[in-house]
Amino acid sequence: MCDTCGCSSDGGAVLRKPGESDYHVHVSEGAHGHAHTHSHSGEELHAEDHHHEGHHDHGDGSHHHEGAVRKIVLEQDVLQKNNLLAERNRGYFEAKNIFVLNFLSSPGSGKTSLLEKIIPLMQQRFPVAVIEGDQQTTNDADRIHALGVEVIQINTGSGCHLDALMVNRAVRELDLQDNSLLCIENVGNLVCPALFDLGEALKVVIISVTEGDDKPLKYPTIFHEADICILNKIDLLPYVEFDVAKCRENAMRVNHHLEWFEVSVKSGEGLAVWLEWLEKRLVRH
Amino acid sequence: MHEMSIALSIIEAVEEKAREEGAGKISGVDLVIGKISGIEPESLKFCFSAAAKGTLAEDAVLMVEEPEGTGECGDCGMRFPVTFYYAECPGCRSLRVKIVSGEEFLIQSITIEE
Repeated sequence: MCDTCGCSSDGGAVLRKPGESDYHVHVSEGAHGHAHTHSHSGEELHAEDHHHEGHHDHGDGSHHHEGAVRKIVLEQDVLQKNNLLAERNRGYFEAKNIFVLNFLSSPGSGKTSLLEKIIPLMQQRFPVAVIEGDQQTTNDADRIHALGVEVIQINTGSGCHLDALMVNRAVRELDLQDNSLLCIENVGNLVCPALFDLGEALKVVIISVTEGDDKPLKYPTIFHEADICILNKIDLLPYVEFDVAKCRENAMRVNHHLEWFEVSVKSGEGLAVWLEWLEKRLVRH
Repeated sequence: MHEMSIALSIIEAVEEKAREEGAGKISGVDLVIGKISGIEPESLKFCFSAAAKGTLAEDAVLMVEEPEGTGECGDCGMRFPVTFYYAECPGCRSLRVKIVSGEEFLIQSITIEE
């Protein structure tokens, strides 16, 4: 049950805004009917009768189904619904000339800190908006709100990733301007967000030097899907066992198209290079 | 645990199709999950049975075909089996390898009863 409005939406994602404690929108309202289809008690009893795995051919003759059995070919992508919605988001972004970045990383590698650092600089050139994804709290959205930019928080509840529907709903709640930059900070997780297209222009994966240089090999899917890899916290290199060249090589093995940047959000080192690259992409976009 | 949300979207898709076809029940769902698609078939099967409760697919048998990964070298064109994205061409040692199969993730077909 939702703890804010008391509705029975269990586990669905919720949108929140910093400084507006009354504001919250359920993403799943009217969108996901599947888990709540009505079951008829008679059928459930019947279902229990033969629920033994591996005995599905009814060969014992104790039970006979009326009606024909048919096979229907779908050949449908499992993520089709998400992918179609992501394309809708992408179309909207293209029409308004909004450049969208999807930031992915494990928790604590510096996604929000990076945004805090680059947004004030980008804001001088382009309007910036942010969608924050976390299971709970508006902590990250509060930090971004303090910069004076348009921001909305998606709380995924039990969910481990953002999907295109959540972004679609969040975008409707934001006042996005034409020719702007939208940063989506995904849920801190190096596995699940890799599979879900949100409609972004580019996926940016962030790792930090405290995490181990074999990360790209341990979590290859996300590095394979990403367009840009940012190695953060390079100011800590003297204190940790981390081989930058090896990490880069590992990342390139997984994805040879990856654009590679090395930065320290804390000291500011390397940020100018990444920002220059980003600005060029924004102008060309 | 993205397998749970994926299981739910599979149920949603097969129920929609089954209703279209006027089915009373889905007795089988055939999936194609490539070996390097990033999906754990075992985890998905576990989630599927939980997600199917109270739906037309409650008794459905989930069958999974798992095609092997195949890479194609961007330099010499050689095709060879791969087990992950970081493949190296066994012919010319190039890392410019394109995955041509093994990333599939499809609902192939469903078996329905009327």
